[in-house]
Amino acid sequence: MYSISDNPEKPLTQHIKHDGARLTLKEYESTGGYQALKKALQMNPAEITRIVLDSGLKGRGGAGFSTGKKWSTIDISENAAPIKYLVANADEMEPGSFKDRFLLEGNPHQLIEGIIIGAYAIQASFSYVFLRWAYHLAGKVLTQSIQEAYEAGYLGKNIAGSGFNLDMSLHISVGRYMCGEETALLNALEGKRANPRAKPPYPSNSGLFGKPTIVNNVETLSNVPHIINNGADWFLKLSKTGEGGTKLYGASGKVRKPGLWELPLGISLRELFEDHAGGMADGYQFRGVLPGGGSTDFLLEEHLDVPMDYASVAKAGSRLGTGTIIVLDDKTCPVGMVHNLERFFAQESCGWCTPCREGLPWTTKILNALETGTGKTEDLNVLEFHTHYMAPGNTFCALAPGAMEPLQSALKYFKTDFEMHINEHKCPWK
Amino acid sequence: MVKLFIDDKAYEVDESKNALETALSIGLNLPYFCWHPAMHSVGACRQCAIVKYKDEHDTKGKLVMACMEPIADNLHISIEAPEALAFRAGNIEALMTNHPHDCPICDEGGECHLQDMTVMTGHNQRRYCYSKRTHNNQYLGPFVNHEMNRCIQCYRCVRFYKDYAGGKDLDVFSAHNDVYFGRQEEGVLESEFSGNLVEVCPTGVFTDKTLKKHYTRKWDLTNAPSICHQCSLGCNIIASERYGIIRRVLSRYNGDVNGYFLCDRGRFGYEYINSKKRIIAPAKLVNGSFAGITVNDAVQEIKAIISTENNMIGIGSPKASLESNFLLRKLVGPANFYAGIPAREGKLIRQVIEILKNGKVKTPSLNEAKAYDAIFILGEDVTNTAPMLALSLRQAVKNEPNEKARALKIPDWNDAATREAVQGATGPFFIAAAHDTKLDDIATQIYHGTPGRIADLGSLVAEKINRQQGIVSADAEAETTASNVSAALLAAKRPLIIAGTSLYSGAIIQAAANIAYALKDQGKDAGLIYIVPEANSIGSIMLAEQFLEDAFQNAASGEYKSVMILENDLYQRMDKTDTDNFLRLFTNIISLDYLENATTRNSTLLLPAGTFAEADGTVINNEGRAQRFYQVHVPKNDVRSSWKWFAALMTGNNGSTPVHLDEVMDSLIAAFPALQAIQSAAPPAGFREDTQKIPRSPQRYSGRTAIHAAENVSEPRPPADPDSALSYTMEGYVGIPPPALTPFYWSPGWNSVQAINKYQIEVGGELHGGNPGRRLFEPAENNKTEYFKIMPSAYSLKKGEWLVLPLYHIFGSDELSAQSPAIAERVPPPYIALNNADALKAGIAEGAIIEVLLNGNKKWLPVKLNIGLPEGVAGLPKGLPETSGVFFPFLTTLKIAGND
Repeated sequence: MYSISDNPEKPLTQHIKHDGARLTLKEYESTGGYQALKKALQMNPAEITRIVLDSGLKGRGGAGFSTGKKWSTIDISENAAPIKYLVANADEMEPGSFKDRFLLEGNPHQLIEGIIIGAYAIQASFSYVFLRWAYHLAGKVLTQSIQEAYEAGYLGKNIAGSGFNLDMSLHISVGRYMCGEETALLNALEGKRANPRAKPPYPSNSGLFGKPTIVNNVETLSNVPHIINNGADWFLKLSKTGEGGTKLYGASGKVRKPGLWELPLGISLRELFEDHAGGMADGYQFRGVLPGGGSTDFLLEEHLDVPMDYASVAKAGSRLGTGTIIVLDDKTCPVGMVHNLERFFAQESCGWCTPCREGLPWTTKILNALETGTGKTEDLNVLEFHTHYMAPGNTFCALAPGAMEPLQSALKYFKTDFEMHINEHKCPWK
Repeated sequence: MVKLFIDDKAYEVDESKNALETALSIGLNLPYFCWHPAMHSVGACRQCAIVKYKDEHDTKGKLVMACMEPIADNLHISIEAPEALAFRAGNIEALMTNHPHDCPICDEGGECHLQDMTVMTGHNQRRYCYSKRTHNNQYLGPFVNHEMNRCIQCYRCVRFYKDYAGGKDLDVFSAHNDVYFGRQEEGVLESEFSGNLVEVCPTGVFTDKTLKKHYTRKWDLTNAPSICHQCSLGCNIIASERYGIIRRVLSRYNGDVNGYFLCDRGRFGYEYINSKKRIIAPAKLVNGSFAGITVNDAVQEIKAIISTENNMIGIGSPKASLESNFLLRKLVGPANFYAGIPAREGKLIRQVIEILKNGKVKTPSLNEAKAYDAIFILGEDVTNTAPMLALSLRQAVKNEPNEKARALKIPDWNDAATREAVQGATGPFFIAAAHDTKLDDIATQIYHGTPGRIADLGSLVAEKINRQQGIVSADAEAETTASNVSAALLAAKRPLIIAGTSLYSGAIIQAAANIAYALKDQGKDAGLIYIVPEANSIGSIMLAEQFLEDAFQNAASGEYKSVMILENDLYQRMDKTDTDNFLRLFTNIISLDYLENATTRNSTLLLPAGTFAEADGTVINNEGRAQRFYQVHVPKNDVRSSWKWFAALMTGNNGSTPVHLDEVMDSLIAAFPALQAIQSAAPPAGFREDTQKIPRSPQRYSGRTAIHAAENVSEPRPPADPDSALSYTMEGYVGIPPPALTPFYWSPGWNSVQAINKYQIEVGGELHGGNPGRRLFEPAENNKTEYFKIMPSAYSLKKGEWLVLPLYHIFGSDELSAQSPAIAERVPPPYIALNNADALKAGIAEGAIIEVLLNGNKKWLPVKLNIGLPEGVAGLPKGLPETSGVFFPFLTTLKIAGND
């Protein structure tokens, strides 16, 4: 039998087994699972939203919008739309990010419980888990776990005798980065092209199939049972900043110990990089870091003491994003790294709006030219132009502005590296 | 109305619009691609970027897309802000990374919205120096050419084709900068409105394939404002010519009629005008074959005939103008003038005119039809009998569900959000027809029956709405259908009833009126639309008291030696033997027509008649709207308006012979005061704008001195046009002419069709000077029109007997357009359609050849199944050469091949 060792400082990951095998329903219940749901079902839905709002929980998908605020945009009055949806965004595809996968594979019921509580709070009658196609194991364990939840009466009609009904369906997406954007996700879920939608109207007004809908990230929803169990204050105090909770932080790149850790929100970038990731691997020097995945601005050594929370990272000129850092070392070409990212983003553009569809391939071609030694000095001006052309608000959604973040910061911090490519007519790292 | 500041200048504007349409309506230039006034905003192309300020003190502002920006009171925006200018130029530069620089060989060149917008943004130097993405092009059928490499991904094509026109076989494929707009596989575009892609596409991806065969740049065309002659709706068109060849037809915007669009019959059906089978000079039958004669000889010859004969029969035409019909009537005398259609059709049209005149509900225009929220169609296959009405109905059906989006505070212009909220739902839409129709996909409920049963259902619906006649239902299906239909019509704000003459049933026409009257009596703002067969069915009938049967009968006495036939192949309309016998009675058979046909082949004298491209005149559409069409060019042959031939034949009779169009109209109105309004359908010939005539050619018309150089190096004087305020030159008034006289759209910087923005008071709305055309009939206030008393259909089929109904084909049922090569490719081969159960019982499979008795003649035809015909009912395509002269509906027996 699964042995329980509670670690309330790491609510999300405390029960995840060392081999990563999922917690079965029984195992999850033995850790206190589904107690929060039973508690929640005794509460007024608006009360749940209030607690989540007070807890300071912010969307863990990258945008960092207050979850409680998002839920409170749903009309749950008597005049409200009879059909509402809650969708868990498990389309984790941010370069460098692998945090949701850990939660999905290791503790799927934690997510399912979070979804049910969230659905109750917004009075949704149907919920979806929108899963990235490549997460095969997560697909398997979610299928098993949703089945178990139905059999145990946590899903379906009259959940735990409360009169509340909720169905849940796992949707395995065909896989586009674009689907991480909540409105594109909804289009994909409807069987349409994964193009984003213009806002307003927001999904809480006209979302999935035109009905009020809330889309939340896996990590966000996995926090919900713990907030209900332990209260908003407890959650707030978990963090080192005013933004509540823990965060799944990750590190990749040439660090000594790449990995994933649940840590108080707001620990410093240095602590994450040095204490947890073990600093640079032997023979490598630190040059910079993307603090929140591929679509965030580079930070430098001088930024290492920045607390890893939404507000502080923003102040330093980047974004917390998914909290999964990608470290750039001195033996890797920054132009090549940015090229690799831009090629990904260009490939993942849905093709709806002009700047993203045409601008990203253009930047990719320039970066390729730089890497192959055919770059020209004026190319830097053109790259600069693109960082303004694809600035937030100029494009239809956040994909291209996100794609510009590593580029614009690389141009700022690694300008000489770009110039070397042009002057030497080759990549100095090759 | 609210106050809007654009670049610090204040405007009073309508807050229900977005910033782009508002700026364009004001007359400002702001480039755009994905937005279309009929399809609204989706925010994809990012071309209409402007700067929006928080308030009057904000100097920084923020870039927003004008098409997605709602107007609010005291909103401050800037079109000219440097960052907006730079962004728009940069956006064009980005679009150009994949757009080929092939303007010189592109059919769109010179009327390309992308060219215009590129110039407008000032972008002219490309920094992109890498390869462009390339695509394969597809064969899309005879109408539309595909060149995907030019695509700038504005998504307008699929938004028009799928969302607006209900098409299913054009879509967007792939992603990122590889997105592809086309069909899943090559093939003929199925939509009857595919040609609009040519005008909707902002560049040269979708171009007119018929134009390509005889290509001419826009600036080299001579154009005329015209009216489509290929069904009864009277869509406004621009027809264009160079070197004596009609090159293309475009939609001419009329906010009351067709708006921005046309059907494919209307757009591509013009090519018969260029046919080698055209009659281009007078001809006389000499020893069994036609010999060309001069115009003068022909006129003298016919004048001689007229002066020796007291009586000559004149047969008019529903395809010909009021003026031509009228002058023939005047020439032969009213007693000898006959409408060019059989009585059974003529009486139905008279019935329709009677209801238009004296009925108590409004007949909405094509545009107004879009505003109704519940529809009931009786007996018409609208997509095939009045295609553009089907397009209007596809918009009307969105009204009821769109209320849901409005309740979510989504503005009407936010197209994607509206469609998302509505989820493809359609409002109440009921079809009672003889078979499946192309509108079935949006129908709430469909009822199939014989014409009699459809009329019975209509009577029952009227009865359920407003009990009048104590009608009881005949069967359960009719009962439930009628209950559903009447409940939905009563629940609607603006119910619309549609019927027509296509099934030759007076009872259907009357039942439709009864429903509309009943709704009106229940306080509903009901509409009633009738579809009639031809462009001037209404107008030509208003000028005639007698029909073809009367002519055939009256001529039988042998007292007439001559007949004059106006633009009419009698063999299309009457039985072959009867027509043979009729024509045999005459020594002189004078035919005025465009193309060789069975009647011209049996004539003794031929006069070349002008099609709408070579004639001026007035036609009256199905709603009773009189509209003028103008000659495009003066052909270098003897073709001219038929009324001009009649005028020439009448000169010398007395001094008051009308010679010019306005004189013909004066004379017509004197004889028919009820038609007074036709005079104001367009300005008279003496009209001048700023003392000048309106040029048919744009200022940049090239090669004028070279065109005739092979014949004569001195430039000939351009032909005069005494019949209209238009001139056959590029000189004249520069600016916006009256709408009825607009030969092309152009405005500085706007060379594409989208220059139409500058001709409208408000984009997408009424034209400066008012939408052209004059409605002749409006319902009177407090009209107490009686309901029709309709006898229930008593008809039941005998065993082994089939009721054969006409089946209409947008491509095929119209005799003239079907002779245009592109349309001809789409005309179905003849067939007979049967009910599936009947066929099964008789052991007949799809494609089997069976014998059909048509007017006493045996015909072998392949069988078509699965079109939803009721038991005992068969269908034959109407208007094909094989079915010409067939009187529908008729009863017949069928024989299976080999089972004789």
